[in-house]
Amino acid sequence: MPSMSSTQQTAGRRRRAGSARPGLVAGIAVSALVLAACGGTTGEESGGSSSSADDGTISVFGAFATPLEEPWDGAIHAALTAAADDGEIEYQHVDDLGTADEMERALRDIIATEDPDVIIGDAFAAEEAVREVAAEFPDTAFAFGSGGAEQAPNFSVFDNWLQDPAYLAGMLAGGLTKTGTIGVVGAMPIPEVNRIVNAFTAGAQEQNPAARVTVSFINSFFDPATAKQAAEAAIAGGADVLFAERDGVIAAAEENKLPVFGMMVDQQEQAPEYVVSSLIWDMRPTVDAVVGAVADGSYQASNLAEYSFMKNKGSSLAPINTGTAFPIPAELTAKVEERQAAILDGSVVTPVDENEPAGSTTVGE
Amino acid sequence: MDFPVVAVLAATLTIATPLVFGALGALLGERTGVLNLGIEGTLYAGAFIGFLVAARTGSLALATLAAVVAGALAGALMALLAVTLGVNQHVAGIGITLLLVAACDFTNRQLFGGGQQTVTEKFGRLFAGGGIVAQYPMTFVAFLVLAPAVWWVLRSTGAGLRLTAVGENPEAADTAGISVARTRWTALVVGGALMGLGGSFLTLSVLGTFTLDIVSGRGWICIALVIFGRWKVVPVVLGALLFGLFDALQLQLAITPAFGSIPNELLIALPYLVVIAALAVRGRGVRYPGAYLTAYRRA
Repeated sequence: MPSMSSTQQTAGRRRRAGSARPGLVAGIAVSALVLAACGGTTGEESGGSSSSADDGTISVFGAFATPLEEPWDGAIHAALTAAADDGEIEYQHVDDLGTADEMERALRDIIATEDPDVIIGDAFAAEEAVREVAAEFPDTAFAFGSGGAEQAPNFSVFDNWLQDPAYLAGMLAGGLTKTGTIGVVGAMPIPEVNRIVNAFTAGAQEQNPAARVTVSFINSFFDPATAKQAAEAAIAGGADVLFAERDGVIAAAEENKLPVFGMMVDQQEQAPEYVVSSLIWDMRPTVDAVVGAVADGSYQASNLAEYSFMKNKGSSLAPINTGTAFPIPAELTAKVEERQAAILDGSVVTPVDENEPAGSTTVGE
Repeated sequence: MDFPVVAVLAATLTIATPLVFGALGALLGERTGVLNLGIEGTLYAGAFIGFLVAARTGSLALATLAAVVAGALAGALMALLAVTLGVNQHVAGIGITLLLVAACDFTNRQLFGGGQQTVTEKFGRLFAGGGIVAQYPMTFVAFLVLAPAVWWVLRSTGAGLRLTAVGENPEAADTAGISVARTRWTALVVGGALMGLGGSFLTLSVLGTFTLDIVSGRGWICIALVIFGRWKVVPVVLGALLFGLFDALQLQLAITPAFGSIPNELLIALPYLVVIAALAVRGRGVRYPGAYLTAYRRA
């Protein structure tokens, strides 16, 4: 069965890019545009079986607003790839659908040519467009990263609810700081960043009530050089433990020989002696829930948030690094593990606070 | 908490370093009359190729050299299009930026896609703990070697005079026996090499990794700095320092309690506002190089 191949995808994008700059003569500049069109989109097929209709494997299409290299969509893609490798789904994807218009057209293309059982992606930048398409095709299950509510009958929402590991990492940070100041560098004050930063701060202050947490926003999802400078500024301001909500901070921690916490995947490899642990988002439980419901016919629009909670294995704290250049007190680790157990058995629920961290500056003095 | 003045000044130099490389690279081309909007892509290519070679060979010397060569090739491509073929400079430059960014992203995905970020060797800071002078080697190169060298070449050498002559009045230069094409090619290739080196500063000095969007518009800031500096080395370098200072300042002020009530967005915009304001003031009545944006053909 012919699938939506990368050529079809890139052809679509090539037309768009070409039409934006008509009459371009220089051959090299044209090839620049062609390559620009290809750059973000690979859309290769993965998954074992060749046809979804024949053997009943659920077909899933990923439609991502950012390049897969962005950690958020990267986490979704990783879970879908893993599910495909396990033979649970048949998986194709397209990424870098940066505008609402691109996202909408891609979704319509996907449904027209592939008609997958499930489409998974992120809707933040294209919320209205995605919901509109979903309403038009009620037989396709949509599960999208979104700050909004689910929409009957077929549009489910999920988000990276990392408050549990953020709280635990905060406790570790509170226990590790000697100056009493912890530096956080985040993207921008939006709810999904705020709740992680706030949970981290709450954890730090439970462990160390006098701790100050400085929060810097770089107003970009990708500007690691500036994120590093923000971390340097935090260090100049007295911080001796860092939380890398964004890329770039770990480099500053390593250079200054300070403990740091990573984000989204276990980032210990990036600075083996300084990354204490990382907040990990695992989309697999969310994927399994959607695919399972579609497979047994019980799928309906729902809020999939809880599948990202730690007690449902949707998020976790990476194993605490035992090879750090500085000691991590055993009683601190024990206390964090105790809290983790309490979160896992449901006896403690980490509070969620999506308010902007006070003035984007120093919280809790 | 005392305000960490020394740290802000040290950060100023670090932030300004890639801007000095990029802006002086752009300045060389513009002095001959060619605006190279391929700068953003050339910085990107320098950053990526430097990272790639460092990841594959582990040699920072080779990686730096590769970034320089990549930048020079990007400059040569611009020269081919804008000088030899006489293509519109804006279109050629933006085309090169699109080409290089996409080619690097594509290659990055093919080679390093998925999962963990690859971390390479990187330059350490010299004089670590030394306050303002605790900087990466390339920062010293930028301010103590490159800037004085470009200043001297433009001001006091035959090559510098030929460069300016070609940019001001290519017909006259041609009549005087100066090859307009060769001069512009040289300026663009050398300028591209500087841009490549500046891009590699981000990966090989600052981060030790490559991520998408790593240049984040620094190339466009360089273009503004060259106009701000009126195609003169000293004001361009001062402009880079001014931008660096305000960027460093806003990052520090954002976490300084006394400034907590200022909206974060305003602070982040500060360095850009300063550059725009400076351009608005200094850019008035600015005299562009005589042959700016003009391809040269013998009548």
